[in-house]
Amino acid sequence: MPSLGADMEAGTLVEWLVKPGDSVHRGDVVAVVETQKGAIEIEIFEDGTVQDLLADLGHSLPVGAPLATILAAGEAPPERSGERPAAPPDPAPAEAVPPAPPPEPTPVETPAKSPAPPQASAAPPPADGKRISPAARRRAAELGVDVGAIKGSGPGGAILLADVAHAAPGQRPAEGGPMAQMRKAIAAAMTRSKATIPHFYLSETINVDPAIRFLDDRNAGVPPAGRVLLGAVLVRAATLAAQRVPAMNGHYVEGSGFVPSDTVNTGVAIALRGGGLVAPALIDAGAMDLDATMAGMRDLVTRARAGRLRGSEMTAGTITVSSLGDTGAEAMTGVIFPPQVALVGLGAPHLRPWVVDGRIAPRHVVTLTLSADHRVSDGRQAARYIAAFEELVQTPEEL
Amino acid sequence: MTDPDYRAIFVAALTGVAPDIDPGDVGDDDHIQDDLELDSMDVLNLVAALHETLGVDIPERDYPQIATAGLAAAYLARAHRAAG
Repeated sequence: MPSLGADMEAGTLVEWLVKPGDSVHRGDVVAVVETQKGAIEIEIFEDGTVQDLLADLGHSLPVGAPLATILAAGEAPPERSGERPAAPPDPAPAEAVPPAPPPEPTPVETPAKSPAPPQASAAPPPADGKRISPAARRRAAELGVDVGAIKGSGPGGAILLADVAHAAPGQRPAEGGPMAQMRKAIAAAMTRSKATIPHFYLSETINVDPAIRFLDDRNAGVPPAGRVLLGAVLVRAATLAAQRVPAMNGHYVEGSGFVPSDTVNTGVAIALRGGGLVAPALIDAGAMDLDATMAGMRDLVTRARAGRLRGSEMTAGTITVSSLGDTGAEAMTGVIFPPQVALVGLGAPHLRPWVVDGRIAPRHVVTLTLSADHRVSDGRQAARYIAAFEELVQTPEEL
Repeated sequence: MTDPDYRAIFVAALTGVAPDIDPGDVGDDDHIQDDLELDSMDVLNLVAALHETLGVDIPERDYPQIATAGLAAAYLARAHRAAG
């Protein structure tokens, strides 16, 4: 069971997408795990052949528990006396995370569905179109709960194990529903962040009219699917600024300190309807241009709504951008998402008086507030980051 | 030929990009951002879905005219007829 985020302690296996004998390659999606933050697709960390599936569907397993045995080419099967896997997934940060396939506008095909294990009922979606994991479907059958009558609380309206438990008479779990679980996950991560990371903050209000004009021109006459939003410009600028100021980009690991990342995997905070948020990463965002950044963000939002984010996207972020979007408050001072060391908080654009060549003129401005980890950086580096961001936003055509 | 049910088309596109919204819960006056909590990326996906379904290309300046199901039904009827 891989760790899929700070303070994740356990997850529930809800679907296998491989079976014994299947060949797997690093980065393949092999299973779906239900966490406090919804269903996450699990990628394999090794090339090899699936020898044995060790974990049953529907059971909560602690991080680090073996899920399957994967044999490398030429490797002999282990003795069956122990239950330890040949290569348990490493929950350590950045360097142990496999590269995800490049984001595309549509979700990557998962491996072909395998025949269900004998104990599972991996039935296709019912005629009513309800999305439900095999484990939740099996639990519903065990409890005599009518799946069609359940309103799923998971991403995309998916029915989660907890929804089934709630719907069953006399089966109400003490922990509360999935949304309560989401709040617990956020509470744990944010409390840990505030307790262990000595945050400091620098702010700057930045003229974004050049970016707005650039996008007006660029998007004119372009069909919706080809348009770029201001949010993508700001994420692209945040990514390039992180390349220029490595002290903002990486993970802080207890015992070894700051581990800068060679790549910039920009986390994008996405608010979920009904409460809660996720911050999946654009993997290797530094290698993307503006259009690819926009396409990647659309893909992340679409999959976050549908509950199809991948494990690597939940753990590989090296810096996070949290934006209030088009409307709302003008500034946000955010909490760093551990083990990252910086968070870029962006307020909504506001029309404000601005001094241009000694005269006051109206300009759309965005206030950036950088939250940074004082164990890793000081005000000078944070100021350099903000200066780089501001410079980049003034020349959006070069992003 | 009778006009298509533009409100139903709009709500179908809406619940396509926000699958957790129940079509029956969408009121005529519910604002897609303030009430239904769509963000700017969701709105773009909604506009892209309507473009795909109806061939109606909604420019950004017209987004306020699809801010509710009631407004959108009237706007889409006009725009669809204009598009021929």
